[in-house]
Amino acid sequence: MIEVRGLTKRYGDKVAVNDLSFSVEPGKVTGFLGPNGAGKTTTMRLILGLDYPTAGSVTVHGKQYRELAYPMREVGALLDAKAVHGGRTAYNHLLSLAQTNNIPKRRVDEVLGLVGLTDVAKKRSKGFSLGMSQRLGIAGTLLGDPSVLMFDEPVNGLDPEGIRWIRNLMKALAAEGRTVFVSSHLMSEMENTADDIIVIGRGKLIANTTIEKFIAENSTETVRVRTPQIDALAKAVAAAGGTATANGDGSLLVQGLPTERVGDVAFEAGVRLHELSQTRASLEQAFMELTADSVEYHAGSDGTGSPSPAGPGGEADKAAPAAVGQPAGMATEQARAGRTS
Amino acid sequence: MAVTTEATRLSALPPASGRAGLTGTLRSEWTKIRSVRSTYWTILALLVISIGLGAAITGGIAAHWSQTSPSDRATFDATATSLAGLYFLGELVIVVLGAIVITSEYSTGAIRTSLTAMPRRGVIYLAKAAVMAAVMLVMALVAAFASFWLGQALLASTHDNATLSQSNVLRAVVGAALFVTLCGLLAYSIGSMIRHTAGAITIMVAVLFVIPILVNLLPDTWHADVVRWLPSSAGDAITSTVAGAHPHMFSPWGEFAVLGAYTAAALIAGFILFRKRDA
Repeated sequence: MIEVRGLTKRYGDKVAVNDLSFSVEPGKVTGFLGPNGAGKTTTMRLILGLDYPTAGSVTVHGKQYRELAYPMREVGALLDAKAVHGGRTAYNHLLSLAQTNNIPKRRVDEVLGLVGLTDVAKKRSKGFSLGMSQRLGIAGTLLGDPSVLMFDEPVNGLDPEGIRWIRNLMKALAAEGRTVFVSSHLMSEMENTADDIIVIGRGKLIANTTIEKFIAENSTETVRVRTPQIDALAKAVAAAGGTATANGDGSLLVQGLPTERVGDVAFEAGVRLHELSQTRASLEQAFMELTADSVEYHAGSDGTGSPSPAGPGGEADKAAPAAVGQPAGMATEQARAGRTS
Repeated sequence: MAVTTEATRLSALPPASGRAGLTGTLRSEWTKIRSVRSTYWTILALLVISIGLGAAITGGIAAHWSQTSPSDRATFDATATSLAGLYFLGELVIVVLGAIVITSEYSTGAIRTSLTAMPRRGVIYLAKAAVMAAVMLVMALVAAFASFWLGQALLASTHDNATLSQSNVLRAVVGAALFVTLCGLLAYSIGSMIRHTAGAITIMVAVLFVIPILVNLLPDTWHADVVRWLPSSAGDAITSTVAGAHPHMFSPWGEFAVLGAYTAAALIAGFILFRKRDA
């Protein structure tokens, strides 16, 4: 159980974490999401007492981290897998950690076996791949059999096998009743792993909800229709209670009506259809819209073709944000409302 | 959920009473210092430089003894000469080790791992300093006695060589080792303040080598007033067995106290910053 209350951290003029409050519950994987520079790592550093907060407080099991009797027996944290002395062997690295918390030596061999590094235990970690370094870091977090685990971007740069391994491990740890707090800047990583999500942007809380709720709220159903009679269909859809928006490429995006109903409406109005398909805004898209205002640095031009929230309000732009931006805008409001309620 | 509960394969830990403290952290720091190659390279460098340089100087003097003037023979200090390798250059090796023990944790980022395992920073700071100082003192004592014996053996032909039973000689040999150990602790403090290997070593070279040279360039009266307050003077005073060799300095242990005071002040300043700053 991690409790963060009114946490604020300033580095000079820059506010890295701004009045952040949330709690992380045991028995679940809690995803900690936000764009790069949102303050995820800073928050984790504050939880561990590596940095001191400017204001607010953070406790683990009701205590400040540095007051924990045996920190490694209560919290296992991995912020940066490469933050080890590369000249030391995997075994000696873990041994030196274990000794600080009076953890028996045999435990070192056990965690090495668990993460699959037994064969390279006597090798210096300098030569480890990123995946091996991550495994070594995770071995360190498990030394003390802690009830709280914290990982900062653990799958960054890993191959699919490594990603799967870490996901399964996190789920398994949560299933054992542990608190698992894991940060990521990619929603897709959390989609299949996290039970709860906490989204921050520019150091502020944007959303604190369950993954099911987030999906339900943010993946608005949209029906895409292509027809030579756009105006006629738009009118018919409006009459039936839906909203139709020109998509710019000659198609129409309909919201508020299920796919079958859109087909029926077109048939009744005598409108010829060339395409009728259901689309779902992806979670990644929803996440990006949600945090768009809080991204630290925008790319100068948007190469992905998705509308830039800060882009000029040209004619072509108008249709697209209206179609895609609207549900996301709603989602933001819902999320904020959900936070205050 | 078709998740293999890999984590459950771990056996239960025996319960621990009390709290994580200095004993475990001392053990951990000992593991750290003995498990990196740089420690062994440093020890080797210290022994080679101290003993080798001491032997070169004493051997050279013995070879030219017949041409040495009586006045030079009168002020010749066989003990200090044999120890010169240690307290002039071996000192530099110790300084590098002292700085690197703490700055390497910052350059690799390992300090974050260390402070997560033991968040009570005073304990880490103290354990690191204690283990490091113990290692340094042992290697410096080995270097000091080895330099002394080898140097005296080489000087035997001059019949001006020293033995440990002569007055001040044992103090000089042990004092040389203590002096370089204090220099190592001073480097450790500077390293923890500025968190940068090259920067810390540069400052220490300035303090121990450059400033004494500059002070030597001062007019005589100024030099006489200033020299006794230099940290490096402890090394000159403590290794000297000839009376009146350093007329402007305090007594050997007096000079040692000056260096001790600087080191203590630096250790305290380093400790305050280590505790107060974000890691």
